[in-house]
Amino acid sequence: MYAQDYIDPGTPESTADELVTVEIDGVSVTVPEGTSIMRAAADLGIMVPKLCATDSLDPFGSCRLCLVEIEGRKGYPASCTTTVAPGMKVRTQSEKLTQLRENVLELYVSDHPLDCDTCPGNGHCELQDMADAHGITTSRYDVGGRVHRDTPKDISNPYFAFDPDLCIVCSRCVRACDEVQGTFALTIDGRGFDSKVSASQNEPFLESECVSCGACVEACPTAALTEKSIIALGRPESTVTTTCGYCGVGCSLKAEIKGETVVRMVPNREGHANKGHACVKGRFAFGYATHADRIVKPMVRKKITDPWREVTWEEAIGYAASEIKRIQAKYGKYAVGGITSSRCTNEETFLVQKLVRAAFGNNNVDTCARVCHSPTGYGLKHTLGESAGTQEFSSVMKSDVIVVIGANPTEAHPVFGSQLKRRLRQGAKLIVIDPREIELVRAPHIAADYHLQLRPGTNVAIINALAHVIVTEGLTKDDYIESRCEVDSYRRWKEFVADPKNSPEAVADITGVPASLVRGAARLYATGGNGAIYYGLGVTEHSQGTTMVMGIANLAMATGNLGREGVGVNPLRGQNNVQGSCDMGSFPHEYSGYRHVSDEAVRAQFESSWGVTLEPEPGLRIPNMFEAALDGSFKALYIQGEDMAQSDPNTQHVISALSAMECVIVQDLFLNETAKYAHIFLPGSSFLEKDGTFTNAERRISRTRKIMEPLGGYQDWEVTMMLSNALGYPMNYTHPSEIMDEIARLTPTFAGVSYEKLDRLGSIQWPCNEDAPAGTPTMHVDEFVRGKGKFYVTEYVPTEERTSSRFPLLLTTGRILSQYNVGAQTRRTHNVVWHSEDRLEIHPHDANVRGIRDGDWVGIASRAGDTVMRAEVTERVQPGVVYTTFHFPESGANLVTTDNSDWATNCPEYKVTAVQVVKVSQPSEWRKRHRELTKRQRIQRRAGGGRVSAQPHSPSE
Amino acid sequence: MHSDYLVRMANDISRFFASDPDQEQAARNVLGHLKRFWDPRMRAQIVEHYRAGGTGLSDIAAKAVAQLAEEEPAKQT
Repeated sequence: MYAQDYIDPGTPESTADELVTVEIDGVSVTVPEGTSIMRAAADLGIMVPKLCATDSLDPFGSCRLCLVEIEGRKGYPASCTTTVAPGMKVRTQSEKLTQLRENVLELYVSDHPLDCDTCPGNGHCELQDMADAHGITTSRYDVGGRVHRDTPKDISNPYFAFDPDLCIVCSRCVRACDEVQGTFALTIDGRGFDSKVSASQNEPFLESECVSCGACVEACPTAALTEKSIIALGRPESTVTTTCGYCGVGCSLKAEIKGETVVRMVPNREGHANKGHACVKGRFAFGYATHADRIVKPMVRKKITDPWREVTWEEAIGYAASEIKRIQAKYGKYAVGGITSSRCTNEETFLVQKLVRAAFGNNNVDTCARVCHSPTGYGLKHTLGESAGTQEFSSVMKSDVIVVIGANPTEAHPVFGSQLKRRLRQGAKLIVIDPREIELVRAPHIAADYHLQLRPGTNVAIINALAHVIVTEGLTKDDYIESRCEVDSYRRWKEFVADPKNSPEAVADITGVPASLVRGAARLYATGGNGAIYYGLGVTEHSQGTTMVMGIANLAMATGNLGREGVGVNPLRGQNNVQGSCDMGSFPHEYSGYRHVSDEAVRAQFESSWGVTLEPEPGLRIPNMFEAALDGSFKALYIQGEDMAQSDPNTQHVISALSAMECVIVQDLFLNETAKYAHIFLPGSSFLEKDGTFTNAERRISRTRKIMEPLGGYQDWEVTMMLSNALGYPMNYTHPSEIMDEIARLTPTFAGVSYEKLDRLGSIQWPCNEDAPAGTPTMHVDEFVRGKGKFYVTEYVPTEERTSSRFPLLLTTGRILSQYNVGAQTRRTHNVVWHSEDRLEIHPHDANVRGIRDGDWVGIASRAGDTVMRAEVTERVQPGVVYTTFHFPESGANLVTTDNSDWATNCPEYKVTAVQVVKVSQPSEWRKRHRELTKRQRIQRRAGGGRVSAQPHSPSE
Repeated sequence: MHSDYLVRMANDISRFFASDPDQEQAARNVLGHLKRFWDPRMRAQIVEHYRAGGTGLSDIAAKAVAQLAEEEPAKQT
């Protein structure tokens, strides 16, 4: 069922401009043309009885409960499927209507148990409500649902149960799976009383095509499909609206709670980003927050080989501060730094960078966006003028041609993926540019018009070839370019891409994509109407990541596909607050709002506000910090909410760098991989335990609200504040709203943002200021943020990572629906039933020549390292390409990725690694070592008894 | 930091700007990037490497670092 506090008007809102006035039960109401009678009545507060209607689905007209009388018309039309007409007079109540409805309800309860008191849906069940409203307590036809009483429940899904006995076959679940999620996993099997909901081919839900998004559970008007948590915990008592802590879609969720226990998460139907949908992670996988592995007491140790010792917050913070001071006194003030988290709030990331700049006294601050979307920031800033996507998600519903490059929305951004699929089912065209056959290429009722299945590492060659076709075939929007862009830069770019070396035919041998497909895709994008580009880490995580982002912007400008709804350049951000952490000044060279530290006027503002002198030069990036650690000049790192030892490339290199430091402070929920090399552990707080804001991929700022007290005692921003105070730089915020007020004072694009406004509007897309007090859904409308759009020449430079006889395959990496990033959260939920290990996808041809069968253990070796995992033989990858995920630390996927990186931003080239794959019979050395290290970590945590002196230790330790 | 690491990064940056037919401008663009995004200690170290012969630096990178050497003090800490 939908959220407990939601009033369902029954059918979707009409967005028509024309208005129609009708009279319902004697009261006049004016609604947009196309509105159903049911919804118009709801506008008047008249709730027409219903069972098969809900406002997230198209009207269906099957339950016959919402019948009304219309003056001048015969019969009793269904108010859900009948739309308003000018002058229409409707009656929703009459003796005849009551008689008809009671008869319908008697038929329903004839096949439904009447033991409501013991039903998990008791008190939140539409059938119960309807029966109560009509006084139906029995039926003339039959009672108790004999037909389905003995049908076994399906409890295969870890999060919800299906009880056919309670099902009224209204088809809401089937329609939700089709219309909202777009998976088409459910159907109604059988006829008449034998009708029943069936997952795939009458399979248990877990084994079916169901992706466990929960849309069916929410759509169900009874308890036939119910969250197991409701069955276990009972009905929630209250609701708190918050924002999902997983991917960059940033779904608005209603946490339904009992005391401090979350009973269930329900997507907010008024949520601006998700509009009432969620995925298996956001809706169900929140159990990690109270998992037994949570570390809730601070711990310290002198050496990483020592046992951990639980200490008070005072002692932990005091020790951390004394170590930072000691190291700065000994090695200089630049020997320390900090990492902000894309999983933490805007307020928390702002505070960490403030701590580094103001309390540490340097600019050695960076964020995990370094290793994912930093090229987006650089590329879009230079071409368009702002380091962010240009649209809101719903813009895709006005797109005619959708280009998805190096992204896999149905796995990594599933709620947006569902919206995108909806638009494709309406007829929009699709171009997929990806080495793998992602789901969008071929899924129920959709198929890509073009799949440019390029070789990993050849993105820029493809984007130049697309541009070549558009330029040489005269498909550019010249008037747009002339009025909106720097004409000189366009002229240089046009001359460059027109060069025959960039033609699809010339680059076909490089990319592996037939020229005819490239030509067809280019023509479609340039001439097919509104063209929108969505891209992911398959664009950015390359040695030419920034070049490719610029190439995408070039293409959009050249075709006039920027500055209105339905078009645009849209980076799909991986983690919940990647956009926000970048906005908040987490990069070493810039303050919040992407302003360079060398800008004297900007720096003066911050100096005045913070009461300190700030460094005018950029600090170290994450990979620079590692190099500096290895050369002995960088000695301490404060890491909030980031697991670099698992997520960053070339694991051995990262471990060496962390091991070379004298003080590693990890603030996290769990003892993660990085914590194995840490000296101080500070308990972090989950998104359920804090107030703050997240900013999603559409620049949408949304509130996250505290639902339970932090298990460790403090929210993350409070911990940073304590550390700052211990270092002698005072921070005295009493609530994150005060931090946001400071952000707004210091950041022009956030000038109009406040908690009061966020509460009032629900969410705000920056820029939000005097010019746009309610925010900015679409950017660059009349002109680009930088003034004129600038084209950049994007020469294709092959990566240095090449295949050879020793490493003949190319490894590329990605994500899977049920797991998230390093898996620290999702591995501690039931989501492991779908994905319990990382596997290596390998094409049947490559598998055959190596004697590899599905499920075999295989060794993967690169120039950087080697690891072992099990093979999945599949044609999703092309011959010569293998693919894996990095959700499980024991897999060691990043042992093999190299430290090649993007030329502009040092974003690692995760997507191209030359490897060899061989069948093996035993675990890798890494797996053995990882097992030992994990065991040692547990022993260190349990057995730690000796005191750690707060005295500085010697470098030899 | 190890000079190979810095040289590699400088050459990577140079490869992007190398498409500018005006190679002097390309070097100025590389210089601008180094000044805008490199920590001063990294700049000092690559200047030091350049002064010691600049092994491995591409032509454009070497030109950019030469200009940097003119602008930056001989030694930075």
